[in-house]
Amino acid sequence: MDSGTGSVGVVTPQVIRFNSPLKLSSGASIDGYSLMIEAYGKLNVDHTNAVLICHALNASHHVAGVHAEDPSVPGWWDNMVGPGKPVDTDRFFVVGVNNLGSCFGSTGPMSLDPASGRPYGASFPVVTVEDWVNAQVRLADMLGIKRWAAVMGGSLGGMQALSWTIQYPERIAHCVAIASAPKLSAQNIAFNEVARTAIRSDPDFHGGDYYAHATVPKRGLRVARMIGHITYLSGEDMAEKFGRAMREADYQFHYEIEFEVERYLRYQGDKFSEYFDANTYLLITRALDYFDPAKELGGDLVAALAPARAKFLIGAFTTDWRFPPARSREIVEALIDNGRDVAYAEIDAPHGHDAFLLDDPRYHRVVKAYFDNIAREISR
Amino acid sequence: MSTARPLRIDLQQIADWVRPEGRVLDLGCGDGTLLAYLREFKRCHGYGVEINDDQVAECVRSGINVIQSNLDAGLRMFADAMFDTVVLSQTLQAVHNAESILREMARVARQGVVSFPNFGHWKHAASLLAGRMPVTRDIPFQWYDTPNIHLCTLKDFEDLVAKVGLNITGRALFADGQPIDVLPALRATLAVYRFETR
Repeated sequence: MDSGTGSVGVVTPQVIRFNSPLKLSSGASIDGYSLMIEAYGKLNVDHTNAVLICHALNASHHVAGVHAEDPSVPGWWDNMVGPGKPVDTDRFFVVGVNNLGSCFGSTGPMSLDPASGRPYGASFPVVTVEDWVNAQVRLADMLGIKRWAAVMGGSLGGMQALSWTIQYPERIAHCVAIASAPKLSAQNIAFNEVARTAIRSDPDFHGGDYYAHATVPKRGLRVARMIGHITYLSGEDMAEKFGRAMREADYQFHYEIEFEVERYLRYQGDKFSEYFDANTYLLITRALDYFDPAKELGGDLVAALAPARAKFLIGAFTTDWRFPPARSREIVEALIDNGRDVAYAEIDAPHGHDAFLLDDPRYHRVVKAYFDNIAREISR
Repeated sequence: MSTARPLRIDLQQIADWVRPEGRVLDLGCGDGTLLAYLREFKRCHGYGVEINDDQVAECVRSGINVIQSNLDAGLRMFADAMFDTVVLSQTLQAVHNAESILREMARVARQGVVSFPNFGHWKHAASLLAGRMPVTRDIPFQWYDTPNIHLCTLKDFEDLVAKVGLNITGRALFADGQPIDVLPALRATLAVYRFETR
């Protein structure tokens, strides 16, 4: 591994196999499953410096560093995790995990169902954020981590971090949830439904069993990604990046690419449809829709967070209209009502929801400051 | 964390008025110096509200519960009577609606403590008589470039407190870091008031 360069260097993912059945929120269960993980830094003697990074919709266990076979593509949060970075791998043992149902090596719809010998496809059970956390707890057990120094994520990843504090309050010291929400709004669910409809109405989808037909519902995936991408950017960011910039000087009076924003969306859609699994897209958007820890308590988020014992860093971006600051403030208010320790940073960044993946210096400074304090707590 | 350096004199007065092990809200908490002091020396549990990015990062580094917000939105996040003491140090003069801030303070806590620069200091009066807005060590801003939009005198403040229906339960006045007893309205540069809801 490189050191001191700010990158964890070349990393090798590992497959962790779990053979005991995992009961799911739906009532179904999975007999056995694998999780892909990556780990960076060193676990200390007391096992008190472990940080779990949870991914959002389309990311994976590959959080930082590069893979030997693909050295030009760093992990999705490489600007956040590494030596000397906000989540400093010189001080913390950092674990990235690919969730159950995803398509980057963990057991999911693409995997072979041992019962049938064929890919699960449409028969893969619907999983929830709570199920993911239950699977992650087993991973923690296997790694010998009784209590995470922090569980951290952005967006859907932040929901997992939040859920840890409710499901396993004794096993998480700090929760870092960036650009997240306590549940989706009707508008959020509506965007997910448009994406799912695009996938499910693609003739190549075959009810989710497209593997058997050797097809991929690429058109649906492309549209799903395009609509998603629009919601990740702020209006002002799009205006600045593309404005009404055109490919040709004048209108061509056709429906091919005229505007740069069209080119960008098509490019993003095409790229995504090459590597992402359509069933996983359905599954993860559904997990987003379902997340609502206050649901069983009549919508009372204060009561839902009452079991939490962790300390919290909640972050939001002013131009994020997918999970705007008001959604993060709902979490903060409920935590204050419970008398929990919480810091809330509202960063005035122009990049919309995507800002949580970018390296705005104010954002990274506050995360680094938070982890500095965690490191100090650990060393005490 | 270490808070070895002495507190600013108004913060020390405020700290002295805070009950040990109390719940404290510090509005415009800066880098969290007061809250860190109260946590360490009086075992208080507190939250701070601060808008400035640099100051918020400093609070976070010190493990202070800081909420990044302007005061109006920030105060709405706190429930009625949540705190024993709410603090507004050297910030009143910079808020848009001082009266509504005072009312909100009275809503969230039984006891409030406010410090502010005394605009009634004789040097300010002298400066005005000489035809200039005052620029002093305690109010070091030119009139056209200042965060201070609601400067007041001791009497002005006491009138507002009465209008809002609060009882003043303590007053401490300072100049050059020393308590002032004689002719305080003219000689104090800094005022610290404590009040309670009736």
